[in-house]
Amino acid sequence: MNVLRPGSVREALGMLADEPTAIPLAGGTDLLVHWPANHAGRDATYLDLGRPGELRAHHWTDKALVLGGTTTYWDVIRDPRSARDLPLLVDAARQVGSVQIQARGTWAGNIANGSPAADGVPVLMAYDAVVVVQSERGVEEILLSEFYLGYKDMRLAGDQLIREIRVPLAARTGQRFEKVGSRRAQAIAKVGLATSHSEDGWRVVAASLAPTVRRCPSVEALFDSDGAAGSVEDVEAALAADVSPIDDIRSTAEYRLRVAARLLFFGNA
Amino acid sequence: MAKLTGRELYVDDLPSADHLWGATVRSPSPRGRITAVEFDPSIDWSEFVIVTADDIPGRNAVFLMEYDQPALADGYVRHVHEPVVLLAHPSRDIVRRAAALVTVRVELEAPVLDFCAVPEAGGIQHGTDNVLKHILIEKGDIEAALAAAPIVVEGEYFTGSQEHVYLETQGMRAHVDGDVLVIQGSMQCPYYVVKALVPLLDRDEAGIRVIQTATGGGFGGKEEYPSMIAAHAALLSLKSGRPVKLIYDRWEDLAVTTKRHPSRVRHRTGVDSDGRLLAQDIEIVLDGGAYVTLSPVVLSRAVIHAGGPYACDAVRIDGRAMLTNSAPFGAFRGFGAPQAFFGLERHMDVVAARLAMDPAAFRRVNLIRDGQQTGTSQTISDGADRLEVLDTALAACRWGTRREQIRRHNESHPLAKRGLGLAVFHHGAGFTGNGEVMLQSVVHVAATPRGGVEVRAASVEMGQGTTTIFTQLAAERLGLDPDTVEVAQPDTHRVPDSGPSVASRTAMVVGYLVEQACDDLRRRLGLTDAARGDAVAEAIRTWYAAPGQEELVGEATYLQPSHVEWDEETYRGDAYGAFAWAAYVAEVEVDLKTYSTRVTDFVAVQEIGRVLNQTLATGQIQGGVAQGIGWALLEDFSWRDGAMQNCQLTNYIIPTSDDLPPIRVEFLETPYSHGAQGAKGIGELPMDGPGPAIANAVAHALGVPAVAIPLTPERLMAEHDGLAAREAS
Amino acid sequence: MSVPHRSAGDLPVTGDTIAIRCLLNGVETELEVDPGERLLDTLRYGLGLTGTKEGCAEGECGACTVLLDGLPVNSCLVLTFQVADRRVETVESLDEALLAPFLAGGATQCGACTPGVVMTATWLLANRDLLSSHRIRELMAGNLCRCTGYDGIVQSIERALGADERGDTE
Repeated sequence: MNVLRPGSVREALGMLADEPTAIPLAGGTDLLVHWPANHAGRDATYLDLGRPGELRAHHWTDKALVLGGTTTYWDVIRDPRSARDLPLLVDAARQVGSVQIQARGTWAGNIANGSPAADGVPVLMAYDAVVVVQSERGVEEILLSEFYLGYKDMRLAGDQLIREIRVPLAARTGQRFEKVGSRRAQAIAKVGLATSHSEDGWRVVAASLAPTVRRCPSVEALFDSDGAAGSVEDVEAALAADVSPIDDIRSTAEYRLRVAARLLFFGNA
Repeated sequence: MAKLTGRELYVDDLPSADHLWGATVRSPSPRGRITAVEFDPSIDWSEFVIVTADDIPGRNAVFLMEYDQPALADGYVRHVHEPVVLLAHPSRDIVRRAAALVTVRVELEAPVLDFCAVPEAGGIQHGTDNVLKHILIEKGDIEAALAAAPIVVEGEYFTGSQEHVYLETQGMRAHVDGDVLVIQGSMQCPYYVVKALVPLLDRDEAGIRVIQTATGGGFGGKEEYPSMIAAHAALLSLKSGRPVKLIYDRWEDLAVTTKRHPSRVRHRTGVDSDGRLLAQDIEIVLDGGAYVTLSPVVLSRAVIHAGGPYACDAVRIDGRAMLTNSAPFGAFRGFGAPQAFFGLERHMDVVAARLAMDPAAFRRVNLIRDGQQTGTSQTISDGADRLEVLDTALAACRWGTRREQIRRHNESHPLAKRGLGLAVFHHGAGFTGNGEVMLQSVVHVAATPRGGVEVRAASVEMGQGTTTIFTQLAAERLGLDPDTVEVAQPDTHRVPDSGPSVASRTAMVVGYLVEQACDDLRRRLGLTDAARGDAVAEAIRTWYAAPGQEELVGEATYLQPSHVEWDEETYRGDAYGAFAWAAYVAEVEVDLKTYSTRVTDFVAVQEIGRVLNQTLATGQIQGGVAQGIGWALLEDFSWRDGAMQNCQLTNYIIPTSDDLPPIRVEFLETPYSHGAQGAKGIGELPMDGPGPAIANAVAHALGVPAVAIPLTPERLMAEHDGLAAREAS
Repeated sequence: MSVPHRSAGDLPVTGDTIAIRCLLNGVETELEVDPGERLLDTLRYGLGLTGTKEGCAEGECGACTVLLDGLPVNSCLVLTFQVADRRVETVESLDEALLAPFLAGGATQCGACTPGVVMTATWLLANRDLLSSHRIRELMAGNLCRCTGYDGIVQSIERALGADERGDTE
């Protein structure tokens, strides 16, 4: 393994410009899984984000919570303002792995890992979060809901780093995060849902139902038009147009779709 | 305390200077002839120690019951992951990488993967029919009883496999000390390892010393498989002349070690309208996997328990363990009984429903009273009050009241259904029938110069409390301060063969021998049985005060209690010297948005002879119940070619602290005269009840069949929606 | 005290090594490690601190839990160089007196999960305010135990807290 250890963001961007294949490493809760057996992973080059202190802190502005590039789940859980102003972040963070994972795992890492089963991404997306990516070429702001292009494919070039994540504050109702895992704690989502309503309308975000975490425009339209959708079958039909669940080692396509529809319908009823 | 502070040394904690790390190259195919073993030419293989079947000095088999399972496949494989080549190297990382660069080529033959199907001719790999073991128990005229019964209820039940998930993965260290091969590792049965290595290595017992290191959980998973790993470590060490550590990581442990036998159990039950059992016709089929291993005895325990703690005059139990090309299934806490009880106790609820009887009332009618007989015609007369066991459990959960409250709750809660389920069962402690006679267990209690004693037995401490219990038994028997009692580490060159640490036998059978050996020591000291405490300590010190005095050792050898009579041919008689009796109640809530089931209350009541240590006994029951809850609801497998695919703890799901309710435990005590201080075995008992109690609770909640576990949300969704569709049509 | 340390022989040196300092169990410690070496392996094989166990190598079981700057983390998911200039506490640092309730309460059976359990529990006991927002069973969910069914663990923590059944029953 090779590791680049920048002392600052500026240095990090320089290193990434030189070695765009280097993989940014923060909490390691995804990258280091099964590390001894991950021969390919161990032969790669990593960019360690542990030293640039300016990446870690999160802060609040009048309009948003700004998460740093290495802000952890635990940082947000332990900030009393989170539960008050952006409760879904806390709901989701508390369901990421265990305390041991929450203490290390980062919001930006969750985004960059690109897992369709991510827990942090759905709530950020439901809050219209903006990903601020930076490289020596400049700064770019991308709506998280437009960030993913396909399975593990995203608008993040090799020389770019997630510098921060801006989560807008707004008057919201209907805020719910539902995670269905194979057990109550410490599980990977078989179904993940985040919903929120503001003056901009409904946001309905699904995880583990498609190659990426994604918004569900048909369900949103149904909710926007109807407030409460007519029947669980209506929701399931709308959802089916938005997602493409699969059978895999953890669950079945049929279960994922039906349960997601039921959670959306009965949670909203 | 050493466990709490991290000072306890498990096998991978042993100092590792100057040793090699081993790795195992395995079959990629479920069945076929090995056509080639290719070593990637990009590697300098001279750096490695390489062992194949050709390096085995003796007979290529890991012997336990039969000589059928090779230590290393020799030209032919019968399951995915069957070991073929062993490697060792000073670097753990390099040997891991190298193992991936050895390719085993197999000419695939059609594997047998369905244990319930009749094998085709080309699939026969054992005898004429792939039946590894067949057992038939008959009592009365079953066909006549069924024909005469006013009501006959049939049912078919399935249980999945289960992984032990002891937190310490399996591992062994081997080194050669002069003429002696020393094996250290995580295991339940040090003498099983010796007996497997003697023919394999063509060495005598004096040349093989097996030492159990601190063992991080076993649950049966470290009964037979450690002999395989010990064989591999030994072969690498003997070839290289260096110490070798072979430590499985979690993936390998989940993928290759033994698991619980999957089962199918069928019942045909005749009853009269009062709920009296008239006929029990039971068929059990177990998936044995690719080699015999312990399947015959697992089947034996399954069939013996299959009729349950009920009196019935006409019983037929037909059991078969089938060969398939899956990795061999093996010992797991409960040893066939949990499978049998899932079928039986789920079926009892189905029969009760047909009779429109309360499930508890139906069981009450049939529970064995003293003087009545089990399915194997064993007369029960132990003085235990089985009705009291049932009533205590019903009282603890307020059965009648609670069922009514739940009925009302469910009427007003369409999306959160509750249910209350019961299972009544028993578990025989110790080896079956004449098994203990065959084992001829021996225990030594040696006097130590400072006036105390050392207990020497091969029974291991793996978390269940052997050390504490033996210390307590010896101290109380001799009236000694527990601080002066030591328990020897199981080391086959120091302790006698007191049998394996399995079958709920350690406290009851071996503990009883500890007491007898204490008595023998006292006699050798010239003391009467009444001598205790200082009198014993003083006599010991006096003994050693004499110059050149040899070590004084008390000894006890197992003697079958005179009341036990067993016929292995007909499977009739006293299957076990004693049974523990239990009634468990589970309350569940099923979320009909997600179809997931949560156990919200659990009551475990059992009669166990005598509670030797409240904390340990409670911990055994709670831990077993937790494992049973996992088996019933969470622990699911993804199989391919008979091999487990979900070999990670992220994908093989065991309960966390947040998945379990507090488990309420109560004990009743009717001392057993041939158990230590009156105790009966309890280690396996708690595994038998949760499966059916939970399935009954889910059936109560939803009205679904719940005939197969695990009751995953996906399975429940199919059952529930299927039911709803049928009701709608 | 300074403990110079080179990568353990069982791990390969595939890149340049990294020299770091950290405060390990209260002792200023210098380490020189391969960048790919996990903290778990440095502790166990490099420093002989074998109390920290490997149970799954994927951050699921918590047997390898240590405290990093006071927070419980899975040391199988931390590379040793990442603890540069930080504070690490392992089970070997714990005071036996603190552990007495765990022994009496049946919190340990086989012992393989126990070092991780007591590390998380120690953290919990030192941060009691967590119980205003979290339940004990939620906080302990990162430490899998296959022996106890968790009652012994939860009750031992409750006993140590001097509280009973706090937020843990319905």
